[in-house]
Amino acid sequence: MHELSVVFYIIDEVKAVAAANDVSEISKVTLQLGEVSSVIPSYLKDCWKWASAKHRLLEKAELEIEPIRALTYCDDCGKIYHTLRFGKTCPNCGSGHTWLKQGQEFLIKEIECSDSN
Amino acid sequence: MYVRRVRREMEEKHVRVIEIKKSVFENNDREADKLRQELRGKGIFLLNLMSSPGAGKTTTLMRTIEALRGRFRIAVMEADIDSDIDAKKIAALGVEAVQLHTGGMCHLDAGMTRQGIEELASKDIDIAILENVGNLVCPAEFDTGAAGNAMILSVPEGDDKPLKYPLMFQVCDVVLINKTDVLPYFDFDLEKCRENIAKRNPKAKVFPICAKTGEGIEAWTEWLAQQAGSF
Ligand SMILES: Nc1nc2c(ncn2[C@@H]2O[C@H](COP(=O)(O)OP(=O)(O)O)[C@@H](O)[C@H]2O)c(=O)[nH]1
Ligand SMILES: [Mg+2]
Ligand SMILES: [Zn+2]
Ligand SMILES: [Zn+2]
Repeated sequence: MHELSVVFYIIDEVKAVAAANDVSEISKVTLQLGEVSSVIPSYLKDCWKWASAKHRLLEKAELEIEPIRALTYCDDCGKIYHTLRFGKTCPNCGSGHTWLKQGQEFLIKEIECSDSN
Repeated sequence: MYVRRVRREMEEKHVRVIEIKKSVFENNDREADKLRQELRGKGIFLLNLMSSPGAGKTTTLMRTIEALRGRFRIAVMEADIDSDIDAKKIAALGVEAVQLHTGGMCHLDAGMTRQGIEELASKDIDIAILENVGNLVCPAEFDTGAAGNAMILSVPEGDDKPLKYPLMFQVCDVVLINKTDVLPYFDFDLEKCRENIAKRNPKAKVFPICAKTGEGIEAWTEWLAQQAGSF
């Protein structure tokens, strides 16, 4: 629900990295996004298209989103299962003593530069 | 920073890949820690008040000011978009309020909070209260630099909200369950709600309140007074 403002944080960070590394043109920005983070990839891409076009550095930059699978750990039986499929309740033993192991990440992974440096 | 060179088969040229591996929230987290330090130095206890729209932030805020204004110097920062807060009403309570410029954002971050603090004309403040944007999702992800986080869950929203919005309940020191006057008309189980909150955050203090009548407010304002007093 806050894809556009998140895009602004990403652009700020990417611009700072570009400045520190004498990058004049970025061809790709890669993110890693957990399946249960609060951000919807397709909205994020739409917002990126709109906002990145306003920066010379990012005019040609495509946004790639690598998903991180959401996994939940069960304290009672020690099994790990896919959160999107089974939610809070362990499909192996039915316990509710479970916690999210991964899947809320939201990382800027890397940028690819297309200039000649 | 790690820089890697990758050969592009198609284009027969090398491109630079610069690895960043950094959380999107990291810069904000750092800004928030800085602001928290500074406010501690100035002796200002910043409270971040969150909830979904209409849960009763503004009404609770007014009650809180009434209860504490004689003992603490209070200021308010408003970020709620559909805020019907009456500046005159706040002024009549002897409290300064500033409207934050969120630009239609769905949450506040540390940078916007800092601007709000700087806009306050009164510098001798004991408690600054931030009425965050009405939303249970992303305000929980963005640290404002507050020393205390509180959220309001109102009875009509249902006792299962802690299960649906786990992060919000995890980051809060206090959960106020508001609109207890309408409990008889809703299928809301107070004990069940406490259990659901405890599942997400065993340390959270829970205070049932009715901002409309003021019932239960004292337990909450005493908690706040204690936090601010020992700050
Ligand atoms: N019945 C009842 N209504 C309340 C209570 N607290 C607030 N309200 C009403 O809920 C509506 C929204 O309150 P407000 O404080 O503006 O919520 P905010 O959007 O979170 O700031 C208003 O019409 C209030 O009068 C309460 O304890 N009981
Ligand atoms: Mg309000
Ligand atoms: Zn299990
Ligand atoms: Zn947001």
